[in-house]
Amino acid sequence: MKDRGLDRRDFLKGAVVGSAAAAGGSAAIATAEVAQAEPPAQAAPAVAPQAAGYTFLNLDEAAFIEALVDHMVPADEISPSGTDLGINVYIDRALAGAWGKGDRLYMQGPWKQGSPSQGYQLPLTPAQLYRAGIEATNAHCRKTYGKSFDRIEAAQRQEVLVGLSTGKINFVGGPPVRVFWATLYQTVIEGMYSDPIYGGNRNKAGWAIIGFPGIIAVHRDHVEKYRGKPFPTKPLGISDMS
Amino acid sequence: MTTKLGEVDVVIVGLGWTGGILAKELTEAGLKVVALERGAPRSSENDYSLPNIRDELRYVVRHDLMQNTARDTITVRNNPKQEALPMRRLGSFLPGEVVGGSGVHWSGHTWRWTDMEFKIRSNYEERYGRKFIPDDMTIQDWGITYAELEPYYDKFEYTAAVSGKAGNIAGQILAGGNPFEAPRVRDYPLPPLTPILASEMFTNAARNAGYHPFPRPSANASQPYTNPDGAQFGGCQYCGYCQRFGCEANAKGSPHMTVIPIAMRNPNFELRTHSWVTKVLKDSDGKRVTGVTYTNVLNGEEFEQPATIVLLCAYAINNVHLMLLSGIGTPYDPVDQKGVVGKNYCYQTGASATLFFEGKYFNPFMNAGGSNATIDDFNINWTFDRAPHNFVGGYNVSGGFNTPLPIGYRPVPSGTPQWGSEWKRATAKWYQTAMVINASGSVMANRHNCFDLDPTYRNAFGQPLMRMTFDYQSNEHRMGVHAAGVVNEIAKSMNPTKLNPATARTEPWTVVPYQSTHNTGGTIMGTNPRDSVLNKYLQSWDCHNLFVVGANAFPHNSSYNPTGPVGALAYWTADAIKNRYVKNPGPLVQA
Repeated sequence: MKDRGLDRRDFLKGAVVGSAAAAGGSAAIATAEVAQAEPPAQAAPAVAPQAAGYTFLNLDEAAFIEALVDHMVPADEISPSGTDLGINVYIDRALAGAWGKGDRLYMQGPWKQGSPSQGYQLPLTPAQLYRAGIEATNAHCRKTYGKSFDRIEAAQRQEVLVGLSTGKINFVGGPPVRVFWATLYQTVIEGMYSDPIYGGNRNKAGWAIIGFPGIIAVHRDHVEKYRGKPFPTKPLGISDMS
Repeated sequence: MTTKLGEVDVVIVGLGWTGGILAKELTEAGLKVVALERGAPRSSENDYSLPNIRDELRYVVRHDLMQNTARDTITVRNNPKQEALPMRRLGSFLPGEVVGGSGVHWSGHTWRWTDMEFKIRSNYEERYGRKFIPDDMTIQDWGITYAELEPYYDKFEYTAAVSGKAGNIAGQILAGGNPFEAPRVRDYPLPPLTPILASEMFTNAARNAGYHPFPRPSANASQPYTNPDGAQFGGCQYCGYCQRFGCEANAKGSPHMTVIPIAMRNPNFELRTHSWVTKVLKDSDGKRVTGVTYTNVLNGEEFEQPATIVLLCAYAINNVHLMLLSGIGTPYDPVDQKGVVGKNYCYQTGASATLFFEGKYFNPFMNAGGSNATIDDFNINWTFDRAPHNFVGGYNVSGGFNTPLPIGYRPVPSGTPQWGSEWKRATAKWYQTAMVINASGSVMANRHNCFDLDPTYRNAFGQPLMRMTFDYQSNEHRMGVHAAGVVNEIAKSMNPTKLNPATARTEPWTVVPYQSTHNTGGTIMGTNPRDSVLNKYLQSWDCHNLFVVGANAFPHNSSYNPTGPVGALAYWTADAIKNRYVKNPGPLVQA
């Protein structure tokens, strides 16, 4: 998926077009092509599936999110990459679920922009905001670099994220950049540090970054015992104790 | 079609701390009580148990125990010139919406507010002269005294298992406690929690600077405890999942495991959950209320519940909303400053520093709701002269952690990138080696800060949302400058490797991010009906069989968490109803 040439998305799109033109025979080609275009995932200590299945993100959006989370959370000595942590899966599930659909969000008009101190005022659910924001970011990337976000170089991605986070990029006719960025950033953090039952923080590798013990939380004796000392632990999540 | 039910002695709207206390006390006095709670029934055993309660995303980020703003919210603006817009999701504050209310998800900080608040205008005028108080600062005396409330503070502390160290028993100042506290008749029911390293370091630094640190009193049982009503508490496990969560150990004093189950065992009591009260009904002459209307939100059925006494015990903001929706009392107009309902909405302010100590392990995840240490030298200390700093009110300063869970709390030094390997390294390095010093400051009433009904937006029941007009004033800015100075002075004396210093707040109040669920005022108590909605027993001046119980009654906000006086006032009101009102219904204070 990080391939600059033909990637899984191109192939899958082509497969649909192709299947309309010449049904039959394409399935076998597809299998072969996917196998070629998609090298096996790097050996991670993961029980994770090799490719994420998505319930909300379309192909362009999936490519955007995968590129985004791997740029923001690169594989290094601290942790696996964003996709190996499952942050993309977390985001997909969050957008498809109640939160993404606007659960607990007051959605009655009239709609006014208001001041920043009045908080979220868009007539969009989080999922709709995400969709519009990715489209606008990709439009910006195509205009500036001639390619969508997932196909530009790391330095260019960095430039785009700085532009989004500082408001230097402006979505003409789209949602306010600062609102999109705040939502995007928050969900990346959630995918890194929420309990693994939500699809991110795979193998509790997010918690391991900071030494957070997860749900181990009977510290009555630990308060004295580990005062000023590191607490040696392998983090546990909800499913480990269910 | 509305079904009219049989009359009961008392109907309670909202079953959190205040409703729970009144339900228990009044059913024990033989009254037939019905409580209407808009939220769902939840219990420690079934809902707040391990492992599912340890879910930061569900409880902190997604607000599982909180009011659902899709159904009812408020509109907000900073000043009357602005157009108010709906708070479309929760942020700055988090009212609870379950049986137990916000008493389920609070962190347990329990303070005794003193005559420094209850006689605020008299105190400042006497010491500094009338001109010291700005013209638009509408602070006023509360009409109650600390001495009157002391037994009720005591009762609440023993009910809720408050752990702490007394600083003043009957005038004798005790080492290690808060020397500025007003005299108490006896100590807390439980000794303080075990201090964490961060609070110990803060304590030493504050003491070296000449201040008077003490362990923050908190309804986190420092050891197993049985309260005077027989409710059983486990000892606090320092789990770090306190604020925003129900307590699986039953170590956090909460209404759903103390007063409410006791009321539930009494045949005089009936709880109806999923019951949304839309209006308080007035008698034809407007001198009494006759009951309430409510909707069963499981099926849309509407009911009228007649009652001899109506107690509004919802969250402070929702009590005020119900008063405005029901047309009881004269709504406050900030332009001509006439009317009272909606007046003196107040909030809180603060200033916070993060201290980074390379190689020092604080283990922030080992933490109780109240394991911080605090100083009150700039708060209820009347020897602190406000004149040179030109502000009314005060602030307390504490060291430790609030909710140190990783989605919300990953401190890094200023200037650290927001993503990438360098960010990850900084997060890994500092999560366990940082601590926080925080000042929590009072907010004085101001003529422009108020509630009324919004002209445009409506809730799921077709009723106008309540409109909040609020911003900080120059008094709070001046206090913030002083508070940031003290926080930074203590922080620097601790020689951190790096410091994100505290700064005084200058920007307007915003609905994001979370700040404090300490919203006060709107139906304030006072000495006369011209400038207050309630008398000192939280009884409506307009309708004597209506009591409005909660922080909505506070004429201004102090730097302290409000639950201490909220609980004490609920017991005080219960006594006034049991011992006086029932025998001779009518105004308990002559207007």
